Amino acid sequence: MAIDVRIPTILRPYTGGERSVDGNGSTVSAVIEDLEGRFAGIRERLVDETGGVRRFVNIYVNDEDIRFTGGLDTEVADGATIVILPAVAGG
Amino acid sequence: MLTIDRAIRDAIVEHARRDHPDEACGVVAGLVGSDRPTRFVPMLNAAMSTTFYEFDSTDLLRLYREMDDNDEEPVVIYHSHTATEAYPSRTDISLAQEPGAHYVLVSTRDGADVSAGGQPGDVEFRSFRIVDGQVTEEEVRVVERYDSESTLPQAPAVQGVPPESLRKAD
Repeated sequence: MAIDVRIPTILRPYTGGERSVDGNGSTVSAVIEDLEGRFAGIRERLVDETGGVRRFVNIYVNDEDIRFTGGLDTEVADGATIVILPAVAGG
Repeated sequence: MLTIDRAIRDAIVEHARRDHPDEACGVVAGLVGSDRPTRFVPMLNAAMSTTFYEFDSTDLLRLYREMDDNDEEPVVIYHSHTATEAYPSRTDISLAQEPGAHYVLVSTRDGADVSAGGQPGDVEFRSFRIVDGQVTEEEVRVVERYDSESTLPQAPAVQGVPPESLRKAD
């Protein structure tokens, strides 16, 4: 069963304009790998050089910011919703 | 060009004057595709900083969910600079991730804030597009109401001002 992944405007060029795509995997990391297989380049926009979530990207699993639930290792159950939102920030 | 009604423009200015010397931030949502900012949503600056702003991640999710439910998008994303001009800083440019938004910058420097006794008219209010690292200033047209054609007299947009924020990461 699929995971519903919500794609923000800035990343929709990777998904052919789709606001929402299906993903598969038992962790956020696995779902991102799955997306990368179909939407090449999207992983780099989400994951930094150290393998963590980019500082100015927020990823939520069922409304929980994954920074507080184990980062990219956060488990994702069938039918879960993953929301990706760029931070709104500046100086 | 950004067209914005006076009440919302004034609300942004007041938010900035009140939160000075911290940076104030928020959005004005509007119906998708309308380019019309109608719902003023001041946000908490989770950074609580004089040189940085960031929406709290939980607030951010709630905001985007509300906008989705209302068929809205962030037409305006605003924040204040409290010691420098109302021009996007290097940080603002590198972190801008809503290519469709009008990025409104206001400046409360030089005593324009409430505590210094400044007046709302002392606050600089400017609007920019920030797309792929490119900043383009745009005209701001203030209207009494969106259904009205009447516009208030506005100072002409300042063009070609050297961006001091490119020399200083504020």
